[in-house]
Amino acid sequence: MWDYSEKVKEHFYNPRNAGAVAENNATGDVGSLSCGDALRLTLRVDPATDIILDAGFQTFGCGSAIASSSALTEMVKGLTLDAALKISNQEIADYLDGLPPEKMHCSVMGREALRAAVANYRGEALEDDHEEGALVCKCFAVDEVMVRDTIRANHLSSVEDVTNYTKAGGGCSACHEGIERILGEELAARGETFVPAPTKAKAAKKPQLVTLEVPEPAPALAADSGKLTNLQRIRRIEMVLEAIRPTLQRDHGDVELLDVEGKNVYVKLTGACTGCQMASMTLSGIQQRLIEELGEFVKVVPVSAPAHAQMAGV
Amino acid sequence: MNNVYLDNNATTRVDDEVVQAMLPFFTEQFGNPSSMHSFGNQVGLALKKARQSVQKLLGAEHDSEIIFTSCGSEADSTAILSALKAQPERKTLITTTVEHPAVLSLCDYLASEGYTVHKLAVDKRGRLNLDDYASLLGDDVALVSVMWANNETGTLFPVEEMARMADEAGVMFHTDAVQAVGKIPLDLQHSSIHMLSLSGHKLHAPKGVGVLYLRRGTRFRPLLRGGHQERGRRAGTENAASIVGLGVAAERALQFMAHENSEVRRLRDKLEAGILAAVPYAFVTGDPGNRLPNTANIAFEYIEGEAILLLLNKVGIAASSGSACTSGSLEPSHVMRAMDIPYTAAHGTVRFSLSRYTTEAEIEHVIREVPPIVAQLRKLSPYWSGDGPAQEADKEFAPVYA
Repeated sequence: MWDYSEKVKEHFYNPRNAGAVAENNATGDVGSLSCGDALRLTLRVDPATDIILDAGFQTFGCGSAIASSSALTEMVKGLTLDAALKISNQEIADYLDGLPPEKMHCSVMGREALRAAVANYRGEALEDDHEEGALVCKCFAVDEVMVRDTIRANHLSSVEDVTNYTKAGGGCSACHEGIERILGEELAARGETFVPAPTKAKAAKKPQLVTLEVPEPAPALAADSGKLTNLQRIRRIEMVLEAIRPTLQRDHGDVELLDVEGKNVYVKLTGACTGCQMASMTLSGIQQRLIEELGEFVKVVPVSAPAHAQMAGV
Repeated sequence: MNNVYLDNNATTRVDDEVVQAMLPFFTEQFGNPSSMHSFGNQVGLALKKARQSVQKLLGAEHDSEIIFTSCGSEADSTAILSALKAQPERKTLITTTVEHPAVLSLCDYLASEGYTVHKLAVDKRGRLNLDDYASLLGDDVALVSVMWANNETGTLFPVEEMARMADEAGVMFHTDAVQAVGKIPLDLQHSSIHMLSLSGHKLHAPKGVGVLYLRRGTRFRPLLRGGHQERGRRAGTENAASIVGLGVAAERALQFMAHENSEVRRLRDKLEAGILAAVPYAFVTGDPGNRLPNTANIAFEYIEGEAILLLLNKVGIAASSGSACTSGSLEPSHVMRAMDIPYTAAHGTVRFSLSRYTTEAEIEHVIREVPPIVAQLRKLSPYWSGDGPAQEADKEFAPVYA
């Protein structure tokens, strides 16, 4: 049985706001039937103030899917749409005193439903940017799509590389067989053969830790409704990176924006950040901040400079 | 009512007589059966008796055909890898799409190592097509490995007939009978089965002990080398207490065989009929006319299994589900998918598996508790509205990412 917090159980046994909201004016349907999770979120929004007056959910899913739907409806009531869109997955999970790593996608679903409902209210089309693979690394909740994308973007060829870039495999190491399998397939696809690293003596050196304290961003332009232009989008991404940069520089590292392609934001970590075990922690911090700032899902993909040159060359 | 345990296909409670028989082997009878002194000798005699009990339960011809292992999975791995090692010129395996992971994931691994693996498909009732099977038997096949009874649905495969067909084609046959042993009568000496796996904890023996039945004369290569135990076929000091326990559990299983196939079956049928009468949009999966007497697998449409299990657990009922969420995977049970059960039903499958300890009062409790739980979850489901599925569920509710 899953190790659910008391809060998760409580929201599952006594879900708040179950059912469709009467006289709702926003609906968001998301989910994947094959994964066994699907959610409809309905909102009643005050057209004058954009404040969410009422929220209701209907969920086909497991205990934590129902609990995080319930939590989300509680969290958004009384917020403006823009404020509600800033709620992150982690905040939903935190509200519930945490979710098991395998269950984090349940909170993703809540966020996606909210985005869908807001898009529906504003009469916008919602782009499908959701991608999810089977969980590879349970210690750090890294899925197969992330591992493959990072291998491709950086031309990676070893388990150690994958751990350095994504953190997958950096904990208990039980998933190394799975990472080797993925590497084998990815390398074969680019016409190479996977060669495992030789067995070596236990390393004595300790990884240097980079702690990331992300300062609150400067009072940003009020998040305007409507889609950002490419230029606005890139400016915002740069703004977030600028805000984070001092923290990295304090630890003798730095970050550079290389490219933005759809939902993928390619960055280069330099200085002390390269190869640092904590780099992926940094990356997820940057990603979280970008998602909040842009109000859309983006994925931060770390790229080393030569790999990027190669990408550009293709 | 507290604690109605209907998850006996996952594991069973150890029989009191089994526990009593085991206890001396932790204390006064602690000897190593390989030792020359009397401490060991007594243990050796107890193991011999246990081996004969298992032999009798399986209807095997010789007690030396019983090899004790640490679990059913070890017996499966030993059988499959032995067939490949002993016949290196044969590079093909035949199995089914609905095997337990103990067989299936090993076969997938072997496929990645270059072996050819044929997985026989099943129809919507979980049945195999024996013509397809016959067409695959050939000189390159090292082993056929087909489960006797499915752990999720209880559906029985015609393994005796399939073993005969393999035998006639000169192909070795193994069956994972972990769910069947102790629940249905077996008569291996009159079958063509070469190898069979069983697991102690599925028949009221403790966890950590299993058996590989190996027909005399079957070519064999051990998985574990390094000792003379089990006639050199499975090295490692014997798990004496558990083996003694398995011996007693085998005797008890024979005593209860008639009960299992009459009383347990009656309770299972009562449970199933009671639930189906009270819950609309629910159906039995697998082949109801040909299955284990203790297993009922019911799909509750438009709701998800883990949520059902959590609510059942709250009222003291233990069962299991084929939903993706219960395993942490992204797909529902491979058995349900192989039978082409739609996703809206596959995620809502719940397996109730009974044992000889199950009582009438417990079954009545479950029949009372299930319908309101299903109704409660359907009220939350976007696929449900009022008293039935939302009109044209697919069109009514169409989530945006797939």
